[in-house]
Parts: sequence; C-alpha cells; structure tokens
Amino acid sequence: MTASLGSVALALAFLTAIFAAVAALLGREGRGRWVDVSRRAVYGLFALLTLCVVLIELAFAGDDFSLNIVQQHSSIETPPFYKLAAMWSSQEGSLLLWAWVLSIAASLALYATRGKLREIVPYATAVMAAIAAFFIGLMLFAGGVNPFAGLSPVPADGVGLNPLLQHPSMMIHPPMLYSGYVAFTVPFAFAIGALITRRLDASWIRSTRRFALIAWAFLGLGLLLGARWSYTELGWGGYWAWDPVENAALMPWLVGTAFLHSIMVQEKRGMLKVWNACLIVATFSLALLGTFLVRSGVLESIHAFGDSTVGPYILGLIAVVLVGSTALIVSRLDDLRSPKRIDSLASRESIFLVNNLLLVALTATIFWGTFFPLISELFTGERASLAAPWFDRYTTPLAILLVLFTGIGPLLAWRRISWGSAKRVFLVPAIVAIAVGAGLALFTDAADSLWALALFAFAAFALTGLSQEFWRGAAARRSLSGGSMPAALVAVVARNRRRYGGYIVHIGVAVLLVGVAASSSFQTNRDLRLAPGESAVVDGRTVTYERPTVSVDNNAIGLGAVLGIEQDGKRFDLNTERRYFRPTGTGGGTLSSFFDGEATSEVGLKAGAGSDLWSAVQPNITALRRRVRAADRGFRACVSGAPGTPPQCRAVSRLMRAAAVNPSLRPAALAQIEGLQAATAERLARSYLDDEATATFRVIVDPLVTWIWIGGLIALSGALIAVWPARSASRRPVAGTELEALKEAKYREIRDAELDHAAGKLSDEDFALLDAELRREAVEILKA
Amino acid sequence: MDPARKRKIRLVVALSVAVLLAVGLVYTSFSASTEAKEPSQLLSAAPGSSAQLTGRVVVGSVTREGEGMRFRVADRDDAGKSIPVTYSGTVPDPFRGGREIVLTGSVENGVFAGERDTLVTKCPSKFTTESSPTNDG
Repeated sequence: MTASLGSVALALAFLTAIFAAVAALLGREGRGRWVDVSRRAVYGLFALLTLCVVLIELAFAGDDFSLNIVQQHSSIETPPFYKLAAMWSSQEGSLLLWAWVLSIAASLALYATRGKLREIVPYATAVMAAIAAFFIGLMLFAGGVNPFAGLSPVPADGVGLNPLLQHPSMMIHPPMLYSGYVAFTVPFAFAIGALITRRLDASWIRSTRRFALIAWAFLGLGLLLGARWSYTELGWGGYWAWDPVENAALMPWLVGTAFLHSIMVQEKRGMLKVWNACLIVATFSLALLGTFLVRSGVLESIHAFGDSTVGPYILGLIAVVLVGSTALIVSRLDDLRSPKRIDSLASRESIFLVNNLLLVALTATIFWGTFFPLISELFTGERASLAAPWFDRYTTPLAILLVLFTGIGPLLAWRRISWGSAKRVFLVPAIVAIAVGAGLALFTDAADSLWALALFAFAAFALTGLSQEFWRGAAARRSLSGGSMPAALVAVVARNRRRYGGYIVHIGVAVLLVGVAASSSFQTNRDLRLAPGESAVVDGRTVTYERPTVSVDNNAIGLGAVLGIEQDGKRFDLNTERRYFRPTGTGGGTLSSFFDGEATSEVGLKAGAGSDLWSAVQPNITALRRRVRAADRGFRACVSGAPGTPPQCRAVSRLMRAAAVNPSLRPAALAQIEGLQAATAERLARSYLDDEATATFRVIVDPLVTWIWIGGLIALSGALIAVWPARSASRRPVAGTELEALKEAKYREIRDAELDHAAGKLSDEDFALLDAELRREAVEILKA
Repeated sequence: MDPARKRKIRLVVALSVAVLLAVGLVYTSFSASTEAKEPSQLLSAAPGSSAQLTGRVVVGSVTREGEGMRFRVADRDDAGKSIPVTYSGTVPDPFRGGREIVLTGSVENGVFAGERDTLVTKCPSKFTTESSPTNDG
C-alpha cells in the first residue's frame, strides 16, 4: 500500500519537476502566465515530495518491514526517535531528503521573488526544477535506490540502525549538511538566470543573499555537530581528522564564506562580478562534490559508504554544471566587467578581497590534499595519500591570517580610510594583542607553539576590535537617543542586523579557532594500563581506577569503569564504558555473539571552561571471553543431550527437537532459547566484576576545547541575527522594482557611513568626502 | 606611474606569489605522502619500507597481548593474500574482523609494524547495507 502510493507520488513528482522546468522556460521574456504556472508546479513538487517523506516516516514509525528501506535501517527494538531519523541513514532516504529540501528551498525562493526579477526568475526556476528532476530521476531510474522498493515476503523484523549512529547529534547532522548543500542551489540558480539574461547588477544577489547565508549556517552547524559526535562518540578523542568526507563538507563552507563577503562588494560597489559568479558556481559544485564523495567510495575514508550506483550520475551532473557555467561566464565577460576600481588598500572591500583569496587558497589546498590519492595515481601510478600533518602545515598559517582579518575587516570603512582614522580604530586592539601575546609568552607555556601564540594574539586583536565596534556603535546610538548603554547596544544591533550579526559571527569564529589552537597544540594524551585500585598522574590530575562496572540492557552489554579524579584538591568520579551491542536478527546464535556485535565507547567527560578531561576505556575481556567460549561448548553439549546433563538441558533439547519437527513451534522455541542465553550472557558479563582485570584507559586533558562548541554557537546566533528580517523592512513597502532596490541600497550605504562616522571609525574629513560622494551617486540614481 | 601599469604589476606580483606557493604545495605533497598499499603489494616490498596499509582485517585473527594487538590484514578483493600486523595505541570503536582499515607503518621481517595511534577503521556506515559477519575484536 505504502509502496504503491509512494511510487506513484514519486513518479508524479518527477513529472511535475520536468513540467515546472519546461513551463518556466516557456515563461521567459515576460510571459507571466507561464511563470505563475511554473511557480505553482514547484509548490506542487514540494507537496508531492512532502507526501513521500511522510509516507516513509510513517512506515518507519509503524515498523512496516514490507519496505526495504525500513527493514534495512530499523527494527522493532530501535528507539522511536531513531526510527524517525533512520530515513537519512540510507542512500535512497538521503536522496529523497535532498530532493525534498530542494523543493522547500525552491518554493521559498520563488515565493519571495514572485512579481520581481521577471527576467531572471524563469531561468532560475528551470535550473532548480531540473536539478530536482535529476535527483528524483536518480531514485526512480538509477536502480537500487528507490525508497519505495518493497520486500516480499515481509520479514518479521529489521536489521536495525548501526549503534554508532544512535547519537542525537548524528541524527541531526546529516539533514543539516544536506540543507546546507541544497540551499546553495538557490543562489546558484539565480546566478545562472542572471548570466543568461545579462541582468548582472546586484539584484540576483539581493534576492538570494539570505539563502546563501542560511545554507552557510546549516552547513556550519552540520560540521559542528559532526565534530561533536566524533569527540564524544568515536572513542579517539578528536574532533577533526582531515578525512575526505569532512573536507568535502568544509570546502563548500569555505568558498561559501568567501562568497558571502564578496557579494557585499558587488552590492555596494558593483565590483567583483566575475569573481562572485565563479564563487557561487564553485560553491555549488563543491556541494555536489560533497554529495558525490559520500556516495562513491573513490577516496579512502573512515566513512566507508560502499560502492553505489548513483556516484557516476552525480559526477556527470558536476561536469555539466562546471562546463555549462564556465562557458556561460566566459560568454558574458564583457557584461561582467566593472568600470569601478578599488579606491584604496585600506578599505573594507580590499580586505574582503584578501580574505577571499585566503579562503580560496585554503579550499584549493584542502582540495589538493583530499584528491591527492587520485592525482598521485595519475602521475606516478601509485595511490599515495596525505595525512593530517600535511594539512595542518598549510591550513594553520592560513587560519591564523584569517583570524587577523576577521579583526581588521570590521574596523575599516568602505571605500577608504585615512591614516588618522586608522590609528584611532587600530590602537587599542593592537595594544591588547601585544599585551596578550607577551603575557601568554611570559606566564604560560603558550610560546611552545609559536603558531598557537600568534593565533591567540590575533584573536585578542579581533575580539578587542569587535568589542570596540559594539561599544562605539552603542555609544553613538546613546548620544543620539539617550537611554542606558545595554538598551542602546540592543537598539543599534537591531537596527543594523546584517552588520552586527556579521560581527557576532566573527567573534564566534575567533573564539572557535582559539579553542582549536589550544586543544590541538597543548593537549595531553595518555594511554594508561591500570588494575582496579591503581592510579596514574595525567597533567597534574590523579586518575584512579576505582572499580569495574557492568550494565546489561536489551541492546547491549556494557563493561566499564569508575575513574576517581583528583584535580586541584577537588574529587569527582567519571564513568566510562564500552558497550558491546548484540547483533540483531541472529536469534539462537551462540553466547559469543553477544560480544561480537558493534562496540562503542561511552566517553567519560568532564567539560570545563579551562579544559576538558576526556576518558575512554578498553576493558580486557580475555578471561571473560574464555568463559563465554566454555559456556558455548557447555550449551552445545547440553542440547545434544549428552549423558549426565542437568534436567534443564533435557528440557531445552526436547524443545529443539519438537521445533525441528513442527515449524510452527520454532519462534517460541527460539525465543525461549534466546532468553536463556541472554540470562547466561548477563551472568557471565557480571563475572567481569570479579576478574579484577587490568583495563586500558585513554585519558586526554584538552585545554579550551569547550570554546569550540561555544564559538560555533556564537557564530550561528550571529548568522541568525543577520538573516532575521529587520522590523523596519517589513513595515516599509517591499522594494518592488529595480530602481527602488537601488535607492534602498544607496540609502543603506549612506546610513552605514553615518554610523561609521558617529562611531568614530571615520574621521570628519573622511566622512565629509565619502558623504558627498554617496549623495552624488544617490542623486544620479534618482535622476535616472 | 599610470594606474593601469601599476595594476598590471600588482597582478603579476600576486600571480607569481600564488604560483610559487602552489609549486611548494605540490612539491611537498609528493614528498610528504605515503603510498597506500594492499597486503599483496607489501609481501614483496623491501624490508623497512614505510607505507600506508589498506585492507580488510581477517575475521578471527585479532589477539590482544599486553599493550598491543596482533591481527592479519588481507587484500580487499583477495582474502587469500594477507600480512601479519602488530599495533598498539588507540583502537577506533568500529574496529573488528571483516572491517576495512588504514594503518601507517613499515614492514619488518615480514610483519607490518603499525605506528602508534595511526589505525583508522572505516565506519560501517549507514550507507552500507552489508550485514556484518561475527568475529572477535
């Protein structure tokens, strides 16, 4: 039922997407009716794909194992929360998620631009609908990835979800990454529309800026959650490994960051048009590449995704996107030239350009390192790969420079800044940076890593400069309208959301990178072998193996330890455990099988503002295994009815003989035997407590690692502020025409300059010059 | 100097710097990389040569002794060709027989000695549907 309904909905979605693309193309050159039709078709696409997603989720919730996707990724025992999230743990489910999120983004984009950008929208619609059709087509025709593929006969239970993935952040992480990848489709599609129609002013950027920012934020959140999962779940204590799949998500994020900055230059100054077009094409291609990498298995990765049928198709799409966009950009080069030049090196736009170059260089480096196995195979015939130290060597200096520029950029005004103004805004941050650098070098071990020391000093510069921006902005506001300082701060942020939201993102990034630098340069990492009662000292903390622990539940047997920690005269316990998951659906196996499934680490973590104490245990189960194997042998002897077996054994073997003759008794017999085995396994597991066995512990003291998560959250809240529509904008009539939009932009530019002047960023002379220039430009717009 | 000329010079300088950096990057990547090899390729390798071993852990071959562990790794496509491995250090959660691993180290006396903490085990990720064989680990 679900299978056939879903298949019909998916097929209809495919036809609707194609129809939307065709209708949009018919609607070009101002045939408005077709444009309306195509927009409604995209809404319809959203409705159909929503139906598909709901059907799949209902099937998961209701344990409908007649669907292959449910049987393979869920089971009756799977907790409800993970049942709902299990959809995207499958290949077909994540393709459906891609298409669905795209239909949401496309619907929102078309709703927001209805009646506007009449020339560009038809082409943008066609591009988005065609990409949606591509992904739906993959599900329908590529083979083996149809989410509504059925199973017959219907199995009684499913395989279950990999326990490693049963972690809250792992469940949110894939949809966040996907939303990020997918939302970049919107600015890409509008850029293509602008290129085709030669409408290359900033209007396409203004309409899709929010989507780019939302995509950027989702992708960033996805990366952050992935890092967090790795830190708390994978049992190695790290959060980043330069793994190809991680890199695949980082690259579009970095280029997207560059794009978000350089589009401001185009909006304000009409420059960098070619660059922006190239950046959005690169971002979207890298997003597709990210989707491709997790699907193809062309690179060695800790994420083994298995060879899949869809990889080559996605590669084909990337090729089409790259070749088509490049040809389009080259053919429009004459229209993309800007008559204006950057006025001065000491201006915000030139810093944006430098930051763009750094981000692109960083991406190029990561790209080279990620694909090096393929490159080296091409040149030398040998697959060679690059490890984390190589990545660190190049990315560290670039990241340090980036931190410096997150501080410099916000301090500069647009167009130019005089030496006098520069001195005023740079003085305090520079002094603080030097003081922090010198203080850390003198009083701590920070000088052991010069890179880290440089990063701390630059971060101090950036954070001071940004705080100064907030302070001066609030002070300027207060001198205008009075009130308290906090109220003025809130007011000035609320009235200039893009600007201050961006500054908050910068603060978050600086904080995050401080956490990365400290935790990677000054980490203490020890592997301890302790018997119960023994202690060791790790970086000034006494770690005592107090006692072993055992926990048993339906899914897993956990062997763990209580660690007593003494830190600065304080005492606390940490619990860490290794959980051995039972393989599901192997009823009636051996007792050993209880210890043969996946094993995961439950990390014992004491997080703190100064440092984290991280611990994981690797229990020594040699003795336990011996007993389990002996028990297995005993069980086999027992059911074979060997002489001298106890009466329970005879009962079991009677049961098994009866089941062998009468198949209808099998499930009941199996259940009984399984229950018996589970009880035995539990008893055996508990005997681990008496082993007094030594266990291996990994204990890590990770300084400032908490600030990675805090910095990430600060950056995300900044993005949220920047995206949030201003109250004044919703009251004002929406800029319907291109002219109104231009006026609006110029007006905002004048206001920005006034704020910069009031906040003391621009000296009186600088401001007088700039203001005159801006007003002249505004008059020109009004005359036109 | 007229501005157009100045811009041209600036562009040339910037491009040369970029090219220099790129050459450095390319050069170091070839010298810093380690070759990924499968057991069958390592069996005939010169002793002491370092490499990145990739392959599948042989089911049932994992034994722990003291700090470290021993196991065999076989070619991904040919289970018949395998090499003994010694390793100590962090063992990632997903590690066990039948799993694909990547390990940096060198061949000594026919045994692949893994470097501490370089063991990478591929996640039996959500995207594979293989039902895993049982084994120890």
